[in-house]
Amino acid sequence: MKDIRILHGELSPGNAMTAFAAAHPEAGGIVSFVGKVRPDRDVEELELKHYAPLTLKGMEELAEATLARWPLDGVLLHHRTGTMRPGDPIVLVAAASRHRRDAFEAADFAMDHLKSDAWFWKREKRADGWHWIEPRGQDHADLKRWSE
Amino acid sequence: MPVKLVFLGKLADLAGAPEKDLPGPLDWRGLLAALPGPLGEAVLGGKVKLAVNGTVLADKTALAANDGDEVALLPPVSGG
Repeated sequence: MKDIRILHGELSPGNAMTAFAAAHPEAGGIVSFVGKVRPDRDVEELELKHYAPLTLKGMEELAEATLARWPLDGVLLHHRTGTMRPGDPIVLVAAASRHRRDAFEAADFAMDHLKSDAWFWKREKRADGWHWIEPRGQDHADLKRWSE
Repeated sequence: MPVKLVFLGKLADLAGAPEKDLPGPLDWRGLLAALPGPLGEAVLGGKVKLAVNGTVLADKTALAANDGDEVALLPPVSGG
């Protein structure tokens, strides 16, 4: 079962995880990861843009790939868009499975792919204005782990 | 209905607007001709991809859009 959302308002990891756990009483374990807008003294705001016809479809495909690779009871991908402040949650990934190892690996896999493949564009507001964020080499290196 | 161009990320800054309408039919040559200066150069570069009605083109130079189509111009993603 997939729970895939692009959120234009607040992301509440606690509420989402309570609902996800309730939806998967059969699971032996649930792993979740919350990504936050990294507190950085130079960054005042972060704006995330997406393109609806591609972004949600891409997240659905990622969830399918994750479900196909591990025996999971469920996978959750929630991603914020819009304007956020440092410390705000921006992404929540969770995997529920019979045994913990599958859930750990599936959440890690989904997060690595979201970080490098998903159709999101970010810009940061600093004292001197807005700056678009370029892809990080580390994100692509993280992704390669899954194809070796 | 014209062809609607949608500029994502920094391409919207270069275009000065998030969207632009062009008369169809529109091919790759016509697209470049309609995008002057740094915007056209960015689109010409290898990192920008095109999507027509939500499907990314494997070869952007094969663009063939008609009136009513939406063409998205996609710079490299920043990551989620």
